[in-house]
Amino acid sequence: MLFLIIKRILLGLITLFIVSLITFVGTEILPGDACTTYLERQAFGEQLEACYRRLGLNVPAYERYVSWAVNAIQGDFGYSLSGEMPIKEVLGPRIKNSLVLASAAIFIGIPIALILGIVTALWRDKLPDVAISTVTIFAMTIPEFISATLLILIIAIWLEWLPGIVIVPTDVSFLELLPNIILPVIAIAMIMTAHMARMVRSSVIQVMASEYVQMAILKGVPYWKMVFKHVLPNALLPAINVVALTIAWLLGGVVVTEVVFNYPGLGRLVIESISNRDLPTVQALAIILASIYVSINLLADLMTLMLNPRLKTLQIRK
Amino acid sequence: MTEIIQKVKNLSIGFKSKKGEEILILRNISTNIKKGETVGIVGESGSGKSTLALAMMGYVKHGLYTIGGECEFNSSNLLKMKNRDLEKIRGRKIAMIPQNAGQALTPNLKIGYQIDEALQLHSDLKEEEREQKISELLNKVRLPSPETIALRYPHELSGGQQQRVAVAMALAGTPDLLLLDEPTTGLDVTTQAHVLELLNFIAKDTGTSMVYVSHDLGAIAQVSDRIIVMYSGEIVLEGPSRDILKKPIHPYTYGLLKSIPKLSLAGLPQSMPGSQPQPGAMHRGCSFFDRCNFSEEKCKNNSPQLEYLKELNTSVRCFNYKSLMNDSQVNQTVNKIKTSLQDKEILNLSEVSISYAKQKLLDQVLNRISDDNPTVKDININIKKGETIALVGESGSGKSTILKSIAGLLRTKGGIIKFDQNRNLSSDLKERDPNDLRIIQLIFQNPDESLNPNHTVEEIIAQPLKLYFGLKGEELKKNIIDLLQKVRLGEFYMSRYPRQLSGGEKQRVAVARAFAAKPDIILCDEVTSALDVSVQAAVLNLLQQLKEDFGTTYIFVSHDLAVVRAISDRVAVLYQGRLCEVGPSKDVYQFPSHPYTEVLLGAVLEPDPDIKPKLVAEDIVEEKPPQKGCSFQGRCSRILGDICKSEVPPWQITNSGNSIRCHIPLKELQKDQIN
Repeated sequence: MLFLIIKRILLGLITLFIVSLITFVGTEILPGDACTTYLERQAFGEQLEACYRRLGLNVPAYERYVSWAVNAIQGDFGYSLSGEMPIKEVLGPRIKNSLVLASAAIFIGIPIALILGIVTALWRDKLPDVAISTVTIFAMTIPEFISATLLILIIAIWLEWLPGIVIVPTDVSFLELLPNIILPVIAIAMIMTAHMARMVRSSVIQVMASEYVQMAILKGVPYWKMVFKHVLPNALLPAINVVALTIAWLLGGVVVTEVVFNYPGLGRLVIESISNRDLPTVQALAIILASIYVSINLLADLMTLMLNPRLKTLQIRK
Repeated sequence: MTEIIQKVKNLSIGFKSKKGEEILILRNISTNIKKGETVGIVGESGSGKSTLALAMMGYVKHGLYTIGGECEFNSSNLLKMKNRDLEKIRGRKIAMIPQNAGQALTPNLKIGYQIDEALQLHSDLKEEEREQKISELLNKVRLPSPETIALRYPHELSGGQQQRVAVAMALAGTPDLLLLDEPTTGLDVTTQAHVLELLNFIAKDTGTSMVYVSHDLGAIAQVSDRIIVMYSGEIVLEGPSRDILKKPIHPYTYGLLKSIPKLSLAGLPQSMPGSQPQPGAMHRGCSFFDRCNFSEEKCKNNSPQLEYLKELNTSVRCFNYKSLMNDSQVNQTVNKIKTSLQDKEILNLSEVSISYAKQKLLDQVLNRISDDNPTVKDININIKKGETIALVGESGSGKSTILKSIAGLLRTKGGIIKFDQNRNLSSDLKERDPNDLRIIQLIFQNPDESLNPNHTVEEIIAQPLKLYFGLKGEELKKNIIDLLQKVRLGEFYMSRYPRQLSGGEKQRVAVARAFAAKPDIILCDEVTSALDVSVQAAVLNLLQQLKEDFGTTYIFVSHDLAVVRAISDRVAVLYQGRLCEVGPSKDVYQFPSHPYTEVLLGAVLEPDPDIKPKLVAEDIVEEKPPQKGCSFQGRCSRILGDICKSEVPPWQITNSGNSIRCHIPLKELQKDQIN
């Protein structure tokens, strides 16, 4: 088991290494570099040389990769172009904002998704199922830029209950941010919850039809005890991976929603730095998003391993 | 008169078809289960036997509903009861032992918990007492070291152990009635015999009534006092088990018993034509009319009623049962098989070994397989043209593995597979040329999975014809029709899809596809296991006929020793991937010499209450073959001592050409058979 965990972590690190290489090579291949972009028309002669020296761009590429990687491990991604701020400082508040948005969506969305999924499965083909399923299918199919715009129109413009777009500074305190995130959270949670609820529903239905559930009924196990002991643990196991992917997707920045609401999160930063050709920031973002995906998936796999007795012993035997 | 426990009255269960018609699965079933008796319900798949058993617990599957009638238990109708009340009866008064314990045990809960749950629900025992009781129960079903078993998860047990746990779980509530739904199907022969013996013991020990549902008359014969035969949702025959098995007075039962291959009798059983009508198929008259050899004009339009014959204590649903009363020679008639054996060797396996061990990186790079204790080892078999050789053994004996390697689907670790004396067949499929592929064809166990559901029968059979012979147009079509006729299917089957065929028809298509390549050797992997008994006999007869016509060689793998007896010329007995005994069928079956062959044959169940299985060895499951010595050392009841553990036994050859691999001298092995 321990061996397995170590192996998975190593594999994750290798993935990250490859991702960092690819992004580094990618940014190298692209014409132009940080200095030419920054200096624009003055990018020649003495000024360019000075800039290269300042940013350390005058050494061979592999050396730059090594020194970049060493610094990146310590959390130092160098300087961003715009304003010459350390990327660390640009990223910090953005990550925090994205975290706030993601965790709000997760804390609201996942329990609702589970409950809806389970309810629809247990009352399969009855009224609650039909009603909820219709709504979830709707929520799934409407793209978030439509639902987000509609939300802004109805709640912010017609009803004037909440701010329509976020116009607070990036590093605002949590309490001040709170009213601003309600609409984005609703927009994201809707689509995410719907997806997950459908997944949970089909998983629970599948387990309900299994022979061991029939056996539990024939053993005289009361209905709700059967649901909680025999059905849910087995039905929710496959959901863990889906939840993990959703969380990674949320943390990685829900680009469209952030742009629509002008929300200062990672997703918008990705768009901004790409359009500004802020290559160091793009590089940093790529590696950070990759680490989020890798580590959350790793966590999910380990959790499945822990919770599924079948996998657990299989691994030990090997 | 003994007390009646469960009374089924005029029970009909069915479902609504898409067109809104009411389709009956059970039609007007009435029967009583008495205290302390074991009733066997027998029928082929789709006869409604499992639905009946579940209804006896007040359980109707999703999609089905009760149309009429009742299941009375303690003078209340279970089918009308509220779930809350049913929970108090299920598990406590009536308990179920499921068909597939491996799937009927909840995977995330430990064995101990699952039994404890039943105890909590159905007894007033305190926690420590329950713990005690769990051990007792596990002991009762003869599981070794109950304390450790209780802490395991279901998947950590073998099939036989899981089934025992299911029995223990059912016994936890000390029920008055036990319902068993195919409890031994899917277990190895030896395990099956042991589980049945346990069930018999429990029936005697606790005085519980049992309803034993099975398609296997052999198993039913061992346990039941009374037998109910079901066909197409109706009871067609009901009576004392001995009478039914020895003198069946319903044509269906008669035909069924005749279609079962018997261990004591070489040759192919007689098959019944046709197959059971689908539920909802329009019919007037007797549902067995199409397949009946005793039918008359009136059977066509009038359906017979269940008639109670007092002198025989039997109920029968047939107008013509009297003509069967005198002629019930169930055991006599078989179609003798002709051997078309030629003296030419067609396939030779020498020193073949196969390993499932995961390759190490270095070995992968060097493209070699290193495993000093491979799954299959030392296989030397010489197969003659026109021969049917059967590989038999329990699950895990490597019989299918060997088949896969011959087909080129699994790389061997070592050894040579030689075709027609001079052609070496590579164990790697990619290195075989098209002709090498053509000469060996496979027929799989489950035609549902081996036939592409999106292809018509025509496309399925056309494929090998196009691939190997490049046939086109009219010629292709003519060949397909020929092949269909060979497997006794009409031309109109060409446009059908597999899902529109019955199990037997599908397997015929699979047979036709194999023969389309005009192969020299056909590998049959459990080809009849997924089929009903009456259909099985027909497929076996077909295979035999085709073999006589084409001179094909069969390598036949089956866990059913009676089937093997019926069709094979020669048998190779395998244990843990090692050969134990190879010899002509009639010698192996008449005088099983190797201790393992004895164990295996002793456990076979015959549909005859007078032939009891002999349980020689324990049904332990060994995970890996032993490193040294004889492969059967772990379970052998005649083990000699150190020599069996340290040295691989030598081949000994008897006068009849039977090779036995055992340390015990031939004379002694043969002497024991006489006793």
